[in-house]
Amino acid sequence: MKIDAIKNGIVIDHIEAGCGMQIYQMLGMDKLSCPVALLRNVPSKKLGHKDIIKVDGELDIDLDILGYFSPNVTVNFIRDGKLVDKRHIDLPTRITDLLRCKNPRCITTTEQDIHHIFRLADPEKRTYRCIYCDAKAD
Amino acid sequence: MRHLIDIMELSTEEIDELISTAARIIKNPMKYREACKYKTLATLFFEPSTRTRLSFEAAMIELGGSVLGFSEANSSSAAKGESVADTVRVVGGYSDIIAMRHPKEGAPLVASMNSTVPIINAGDGGHNHPTQTLTDLLTISQIKGRLDNLTIGLCGDLKFGRTVHSLIAAMSRYEGIRFVLISPEELKVPSYVKAEHIKARGIPYTQSRTLEDVMPELDILYMTRVQRERFFSEEEYLRLRDTYILTPDKLKNAKQDLCIMHPLPRVNEISTAVDSDPRACYFEQARFGKFIRMALIMKLLEVEDEN
Repeated sequence: MKIDAIKNGIVIDHIEAGCGMQIYQMLGMDKLSCPVALLRNVPSKKLGHKDIIKVDGELDIDLDILGYFSPNVTVNFIRDGKLVDKRHIDLPTRITDLLRCKNPRCITTTEQDIHHIFRLADPEKRTYRCIYCDAKAD
Repeated sequence: MRHLIDIMELSTEEIDELISTAARIIKNPMKYREACKYKTLATLFFEPSTRTRLSFEAAMIELGGSVLGFSEANSSSAAKGESVADTVRVVGGYSDIIAMRHPKEGAPLVASMNSTVPIINAGDGGHNHPTQTLTDLLTISQIKGRLDNLTIGLCGDLKFGRTVHSLIAAMSRYEGIRFVLISPEELKVPSYVKAEHIKARGIPYTQSRTLEDVMPELDILYMTRVQRERFFSEEEYLRLRDTYILTPDKLKNAKQDLCIMHPLPRVNEISTAVDSDPRACYFEQARFGKFIRMALIMKLLEVEDEN
């Protein structure tokens, strides 16, 4: 399987196998007009298997959110076909408007125009809680 | 500008400062008769709570301020579908500080994000009730003379009781605290509360199904109500409810200086025969609620307390 090298864009690497599609959908990559490749179950020395997403184009997304979907994610920034930067993505301390609180007693279920915000409550267990009602994110 | 949404927003130093102010008010209430003169408290109670609302109103009146507000959602603009954000934006124009009770969890936090005046969370559903916890801390401080080196027994519904969770969080920050958690299996303290507060700070604790066994160890006994709706069967509820009714008989082996607390209202979990016991502190506790709210209103309105 041959994927063309990226000229200007990013490579999201070391995604936990099986999480690539979720990231693709949650970040709205299906709406991008530039070339996007999602590789699944790629053999990896570190992880056994991993997913990879390659985006050949400018991308205006909050990359910190990637840590929520998959730990150990790295993002490679490519300019003019060369690797110019590499970032290890940690768990984000806050997640805004990506998840919705499922607690029916939470104010987010009734208040209009409210940001849905979750805070990192337990980094070890990767637990996030709603800042309004403290309910655990699914 | 500060708000109070969650008790953990206050440092232990700030809590000590509030307790000291409240203690000075208790000793000399006349000195504070005009501390908040020309200031107005709005009590926005989207669900009824007579005790908390009256406590806030009494606090502001005794500070020389004025009070306005509503005591149920039906008599407010919420009945017309107004958002919490818009309500506080409007009421902020009529008042200097707002105490809000709301059935939805997190409503006071939303209010604080949109308000031009300080917001006090006066209870948001089953979530937070920081002024109850401040009341509990003032009570412990007044009765026991300290907030550290105490064995605290919490009895009854430890699973859903928000006052219990907040008290555990707040007391976990003091030295020499030990918890004795007394509840049926079905109503034990949730594991995340233990993990985030008790275990995270290495605080010793024991769990017990019976009150009598652990009674001699306790400095504080914090009773809560076991609610019928938490059980699948009526028989189980009745059996467990009766297990945790505090009677003079169960207090036989208790310390002479035990402090019995309850956030009130009680139903039957403390026998009225206990009321005359000098160790029963729950009505005094309710009275202290007014003083700590006075101290809190002063703090949030940045009124100087000249010692």
